[in-house]
Amino acid sequence: MNKQLEQRHRVVQVITKFLTPMILLFAFYVQFHGDFGPGGGFQAGVIFASVFILHGLIFGEGRTRLVVTPNILRISMSLGLLLYAGTGVVSLLLGGNFLDYSVLASDAVSGQHWGIFVVELGVGITVAAVMISLFYCFSSNRFLDRIPFKIQEEE
Amino acid sequence: MFEDIAAIEHFVVMILLTVLIVLTLGIIYLKDLLAAVILSGLYSLVSAAIFVAMDAVDVAFTEAAVGAGISTIILLGALSFTKREQKPQKHNNLPALIIVCMTGALLIYGTLDMPSYGDGKSPANSNPQLAQHYLQKSPDETGVPNVVTSVLASYRGYDTLGETAVVFTAAIGVLSLLGLRRRRRQEDPNLTPRQRRRQQSEDT
Repeated sequence: MNKQLEQRHRVVQVITKFLTPMILLFAFYVQFHGDFGPGGGFQAGVIFASVFILHGLIFGEGRTRLVVTPNILRISMSLGLLLYAGTGVVSLLLGGNFLDYSVLASDAVSGQHWGIFVVELGVGITVAAVMISLFYCFSSNRFLDRIPFKIQEEE
Repeated sequence: MFEDIAAIEHFVVMILLTVLIVLTLGIIYLKDLLAAVILSGLYSLVSAAIFVAMDAVDVAFTEAAVGAGISTIILLGALSFTKREQKPQKHNNLPALIIVCMTGALLIYGTLDMPSYGDGKSPANSNPQLAQHYLQKSPDETGVPNVVTSVLASYRGYDTLGETAVVFTAAIGVLSLLGLRRRRRQEDPNLTPRQRRRQQSEDT
């Protein structure tokens, strides 16, 4: 049974594997090009998380947990927020106000640039980790039974 | 020429808003929860289209990714904890209808005070110090051409820090209710012994 189902969804699986690097690349583009076009940490985090959710839907959540373990999620969720708040603390220590990025580099403009870069990265990491862990929380095996692309089946 | 384009834009937004109302009625009247979830995803997609028509591309991006993508998946997951059909309602819900109508009327009454869309005399546009400062000085002060990003991350950095903390707190709430542990493990025959050991170590 398992084998048959896997055969039947082979096309979806191959397409998913083909699309995965492209979606990841798009997530990084949205993350780091947010200064110049639409996008930023929130959107990039969601797009980044959607790759792992897609993987979980097609290949079963058990295998996604091998790639991104709950421990990684727990750590990176807090790490993103710490990165954001830490930027504020660093700018305090360098003699500016909290979250005043102008003091982060030799001149104000590049300081702002670095500050926005780091802060958006923090937002992206937190949002991606939160989204993936929400998916883990809500996807029990019963959930996988309902969606059409499941490959795991009771033996 | 520009008035024509504005008129067409208004027309498109009006049509999309009508679609939104139809979708909302569909979500209310459907007893099939799966269909309601799919319609709510569609609702987010149409709102994203409205935001694009109103030139708020960043908001549209977020709405399409979060509303139409992730939250539909998570609602589908939440659906697996319950039944697919809505229970038939037996009690009388006239008081609830009255309260909802009153709240809706109050909200519409509140919007009467708001400036109309694209109003040049709105407080944000008629007090040029702040808005004009963002629009004109942002590239020089922050080196970031996208004003949305510079306002979000730099000028209004405190707000975004708070938003990130809210997302983090919401995740902590869900994790403490549902947990990240897997509830029931099925054997996956294609895993290598090493991967299986990792799955088992995660259980304990």
